[in-house]
Amino acid sequence: MAEIVLDKVTKRFRDGTEAVQEIDLTIADKEFLILVGPSGCGKSTTLNMIAGLEDISDGELRIDGDRVNERSPQDRNIAMVFQSYALYPHMTVRENMEFPLTIAKLDKATIKQKIDEAAEILELGPYLDRKPSDLSGGQRQRVAMGRAIVRKPKAFLMDEPLSNLDAKLRAQMRTSISRLQKSLGTTTVYVTHDQTEAMTLGDRIVVMRAGIVQQIGTPQDLYERPANLFVAGFIGSPTMNFLPGELVNSSIATAIGEIPISDRLRSGLSEHGPTGRDVIVGIRPEAFEDSRFVDDQTAFTFPHDIDIVESLGSAKLAYLDVDIDARAHEHFAEIAQESGAEDVFGSQQIVAQLDARSPVREGDSMEISFRPDDIQLFDPTDGTNLTEHD
Amino acid sequence: MTGAQIRWSILNLVVVVYALVPVLWLLSLSLKDPSTFTDGKFIPREWTFDNYKNIFDVGEFTRPLINSIGIAIIATLIAIVLGVFAAYAIARLDFPGKNVMLGASLLIAMFPQVSLVTPLFEIERRLGLFNTWAGLIFPYVTFALPLTIYILASFFKEIPWELEKAAKMDGASPFQAFRKVIVPLAAPGVVTAAILAFIQCWNDFLFAISLTSTDRARTAPAAISFFTGASQFEDPTGSIAAAAVVITIPIVLFVLFFQRRIVSGLTSGAVKG
Ligand SMILES: Nc1ncnc2c1ncn2[C@@H]1O[C@H](COP(=O)(O)OP(=O)(O)O)[C@@H](O)[C@H]1O
Ligand SMILES: [Mg+2]
Repeated sequence: MAEIVLDKVTKRFRDGTEAVQEIDLTIADKEFLILVGPSGCGKSTTLNMIAGLEDISDGELRIDGDRVNERSPQDRNIAMVFQSYALYPHMTVRENMEFPLTIAKLDKATIKQKIDEAAEILELGPYLDRKPSDLSGGQRQRVAMGRAIVRKPKAFLMDEPLSNLDAKLRAQMRTSISRLQKSLGTTTVYVTHDQTEAMTLGDRIVVMRAGIVQQIGTPQDLYERPANLFVAGFIGSPTMNFLPGELVNSSIATAIGEIPISDRLRSGLSEHGPTGRDVIVGIRPEAFEDSRFVDDQTAFTFPHDIDIVESLGSAKLAYLDVDIDARAHEHFAEIAQESGAEDVFGSQQIVAQLDARSPVREGDSMEISFRPDDIQLFDPTDGTNLTEHD
Repeated sequence: MTGAQIRWSILNLVVVVYALVPVLWLLSLSLKDPSTFTDGKFIPREWTFDNYKNIFDVGEFTRPLINSIGIAIIATLIAIVLGVFAAYAIARLDFPGKNVMLGASLLIAMFPQVSLVTPLFEIERRLGLFNTWAGLIFPYVTFALPLTIYILASFFKEIPWELEKAAKMDGASPFQAFRKVIVPLAAPGVVTAAILAFIQCWNDFLFAISLTSTDRARTAPAAISFFTGASQFEDPTGSIAAAAVVITIPIVLFVLFFQRRIVSGLTSGAVKG
């Protein structure tokens, strides 16, 4: 049980790469915190610095108020679950889980009791005498969890612990990790590059990009009030749609028509004072609806041809080709390339998630609505959100 | 059997026969009575263990055998201990001069040993190491090290680094992580390296003959070359053959005993897999 504080923590590798830049973060006792971001953004490095596996180049790391920068991993009492599980192949499941306890020199009876307890929680009872090589991926993952929980550490660190599992198992393990963390109440830092995992697991999420923290907030915060283009595009699935727009009087001129500026947007805009008249309009696919199912008078409606329809069962995804590319903006192109999702990130297509009852078919022309208040406006030069108040 | 299998079987047989004939010949000679050495029969007409009895009775072989065993074991142990640390550093750490070190050890392995005999002889005589166990152990360790470092480094590289990190996170000190996780996983490599180092020391003739002068430190291969018959007219062939068979036995036992441990793949299941 511990509070972990990162105070302007920086990691500079010997070759000069700044993998993590001045990260400021307070992880509350019992909190489940997620570090999320595209591959190479410095998540593992941050986690390794908390663990003590990487030196901290600058800044201070405090656990329960004590500076621990100089403490070796074995003196920090933190457990870690690795992406590869890192089980000791020459030991049985039982020996693997006993390892931290034997090192801590606990007596035999206590060790046995703790192992039985952990095996019970993780349903590993029948496998205690097997070697890791005789286990399935999911079982190995649970052994790795078991090795972490047996000694009641101050905190758990998990580096993409589920990324080696198939989708179904991943969803299962996600819920069991969440339940386990709640019942143990141990401070947990969890690294993932998967936004769905981040959104479903975390109390709070830290979004990182190229070693810099973009936003820290609850899943709700990140979804509803993304601090910038990057967070807006990274969080949410399908990805948010981005359209270049121009501010004209009380509306925004875009490829899908003149969208009126709502009160919320107006006060945000006046606070931020955008540099020019150009903006990037962000609209979540979920904000769209087939007009036939909308009776909101304030809704903005536009007609458009539908190019592709995908049925998800619970909803339909309609793809609309628009002929303006948000990536014409330099900053945007950079982000799209960095997140490795150029095909979905600001493509010349709008994705609209419609009611499953919508009769829309490919090639149809239809009316689509959304509430003008549901959009976000971003500065095309640096990506900041122009409609949010700090 | 398919044609390919038959062809492979024949080829295997040829290789095995080619390798075994000299050994069997030696065995046959060692079991023959001296008077029948030249009877042209591969299988002895009369079996006798006199040759074996002779070499141990006369005593000219017992002491060299003890020297051989002692010197080879000590040299192997030293080479393995030093090799484990050096190989670990090479596999895990990034330090300046690492490649130079590897290159240098390769150079030592390639060095023509003959050219070292005379200087070593001079050096050891002045240092009082000539004709002592230590006088042989030093060069043996030197020439066994490159091999052990190479083998062990490649085994250490196979062990996922994350295992060590996991051990540290589990509260182990670096030394505990090394001893409880790395060493057991590298065991097949250690055994392989030990066998090869031992064979290298055990088989040496050059240093053994040049750096010793009496039974105090002379090893078995060198001692065999000094075998003479009991009299000028007695043929030492039988004794030599018997001694040669005796000194191959430890090697054969060694390899048979550790064969199962030399199998690799012990690390499977550590990561993803
Ligand atoms: N030992 C190292 N030396 C130099 N650069 C490194 C080292 N380890 C990681 N990096 C770099 O630091 C950045 C962050 O890496 P990492 O924390 O592993 O990313 P993530 O876990 O988010 O995918 C990457 O650009 C990576 O190339
Ligand atoms: Mg990583």
